[in-house]
Amino acid sequence: MRSHRPTVAYLQAAPLALVFLLFFVVPLVLTVIVSVWDYNEYQIIPDFTFNNYREIFEGCIADLPALCVTFKTYWSTVKYGFLVWLCTLVIGFTIAYFLAFHVRTLTVQIVLFLICTIPFWTSNVIRMISWIPLLGRNGLVNDALLGLGLVSERQEWLLFSGFSVVLAFVHLYTLFMIVPIFNSMMRIDRTLLEAANDAGASGWQTLTNVVIPLCKPGITIGSIFVITIVMGDFITIGVMGGQQIASIGKVIQVEMSYLQFPAAAANAVILLAVVLMIIYAMTRLVDIRKEL
Amino acid sequence: MSKKSRKTIAHPGTTKAVSRRKVIKGAGAVAGLAAGSGLVKGFPYVMAADPITLRYASTAVTQDTRLAAKVKEDLGITIQYIPLTSDDVVKTAVTQPNRFDILEPEVWMVKKIVPSGNLRGMDTRRIKQAGNITTVFTEGKVAGKKIGDQGTAPIKVVYLTGEESKTFSKDATRWMSIIPSVYNADTLGIRPDLIGRPIENWHELLNPEFKGKAAILNIPSIGIMDAAMVVESMGEHTYGDKGNMTRDEIDLTIKVLTEAKKAGQFRAFWKEFNESVNLMASGEVVIQSMWSPAVTKVRSQGIPCIYQPLKEGYRAWASGIALPVTLKGKKLDAAYELINWYLSGWAGAFLNRQGYYSAVLSTAEASMEPYEWDYWMLGKPAAKDIKAPDGTVIEKAGTVRDGGSFNERMGAVACWNAVMDENRYMVRKWNEFIAA
Repeated sequence: MRSHRPTVAYLQAAPLALVFLLFFVVPLVLTVIVSVWDYNEYQIIPDFTFNNYREIFEGCIADLPALCVTFKTYWSTVKYGFLVWLCTLVIGFTIAYFLAFHVRTLTVQIVLFLICTIPFWTSNVIRMISWIPLLGRNGLVNDALLGLGLVSERQEWLLFSGFSVVLAFVHLYTLFMIVPIFNSMMRIDRTLLEAANDAGASGWQTLTNVVIPLCKPGITIGSIFVITIVMGDFITIGVMGGQQIASIGKVIQVEMSYLQFPAAAANAVILLAVVLMIIYAMTRLVDIRKEL
Repeated sequence: MSKKSRKTIAHPGTTKAVSRRKVIKGAGAVAGLAAGSGLVKGFPYVMAADPITLRYASTAVTQDTRLAAKVKEDLGITIQYIPLTSDDVVKTAVTQPNRFDILEPEVWMVKKIVPSGNLRGMDTRRIKQAGNITTVFTEGKVAGKKIGDQGTAPIKVVYLTGEESKTFSKDATRWMSIIPSVYNADTLGIRPDLIGRPIENWHELLNPEFKGKAAILNIPSIGIMDAAMVVESMGEHTYGDKGNMTRDEIDLTIKVLTEAKKAGQFRAFWKEFNESVNLMASGEVVIQSMWSPAVTKVRSQGIPCIYQPLKEGYRAWASGIALPVTLKGKKLDAAYELINWYLSGWAGAFLNRQGYYSAVLSTAEASMEPYEWDYWMLGKPAAKDIKAPDGTVIEKAGTVRDGGSFNERMGAVACWNAVMDENRYMVRKWNEFIAA
């Protein structure tokens, strides 16, 4: 082994560490500090109180088994996180598989990959608003369903519902699943697949015994992307859910707009803890560092 | 109140190819902008000889570059707009009064700002048209008739006890906290073609007939007042003050809303002006709380939409011009000059033509064509096509303004946008309603 001089290594890591310290650690620490402050109409007051946390969980234990607002909100947020994760995983894996194993030339792969990024060519809000003429009561899908005689009256569940929220999320974030999984797949040694084939494995057995295990890091990274984004989202759930579906991000946003920063900070800290727990659980299943 | 494009802020260096130099230049421009908007204290914005620049802080609603251009032309004063969200207006006024020379808060904000001692009582003796300011503000009356004063009605906060006072005066004094700029009366918007019958009461918003086709706005302090109008109209409860509810009243109002939500009454809630336009124009919603310019926008797409006057009256809002106590010398003189200009007619006509109301009606009338005045203020059928300030036709000849004349509309005001004493509790309850 070559000998490293540790100081040089530290110096090399210093710029990024500094950026992280300034723009990640410091704001995070401030958020935690503010979450125990008090507040009134127009200012936050330095204090050390757990009132903000207490108000968030007020009545949550006493009301059991009925869910209090906070639990309900988290349940709804986690539910959408799970549904979106499942859909993006299945769709993203399929697309990545197709791109990696069925498309032979690099040019076609690049072209198809670019096509996958089309949803990102317009702004988030415009993408979401464009669903309305499609899924709305008087939208194209309803017109088509009526025209084909599949339904007798206009369907309302297509828009401003859990369905439309999941649909928009999947549309937006499948790419985040495709990219890391595709990356993992491209690193799989093709001779392994041939070996599996020679050893008499069926296509399905090759998939479950060779491809999926070797794609685990990609799947994990993609899952972390999708879950963290969905857990903190308030715009997509707001617009596609007709502002009627609770999400923890929405609660934080409302509190911010009413200058209730400490309450918002307390909610943010709890959300952070929940998301960290989910990510911790995932990394226990797959050791990303080892696999990379 | 619409969110207008914030034309005053240009994003630096976006058009040409990006070089490192340009990025640095862009950063410099951003720094300059920050300095100009007062983020960096004591940084001289204009280096030229003597022109006066007034930093004008308010929500984007009334920050119109056409107004600023006219001020420059008439008075030589440069208006530098500082667009803030309504929450930031209060926060800035209370914590950083040096950031602006002129403030245009909404009336409910004044209630929170004045106790901080950061606003200067404006001397009515220096304001030529002070005696002609609409009685909506000075007496709480329209055409001699008292109007609703629930919530933060202007009459409650418009007079101060002195020039540097932290307290409001019940009676008219020489000192005013704000000079009114714009105000209006809000109500429900409906799609007459999809409803097909007259709508006369607020309780129609929760009428099961419109199940899945109603909407309310998801801005807690305003949404809950619209809900209160509905609850009163249903005969469920009569509020002491819809703009300042007790905890029990908040609970009751949220309960009514939650039950309606669970029964599937609402198609959506909206938060932004354009969302409300979209919901209405697409037919997703046939009845909802709405703002006046949104109705105009739906109609401009050729879709019938009525800003429906209702028996229980309107929920009104108002903004005004205020001066920080720190404003002195030449800049103070310039500010008075600006206020006198504002009340002298051009600005009033400009605002009236957008469907808002202005402070001094007599001067605005003199600056408008008679047919415009008849349409906007007297509720008469338009003799010619009605045009917006930018020249586009917004109403065809023959139409009558929804709700009719100024006296009919402002005379029927029931309550005013407000901030409650129990605001913190109300926001929590509203979040519960959204989660329900």
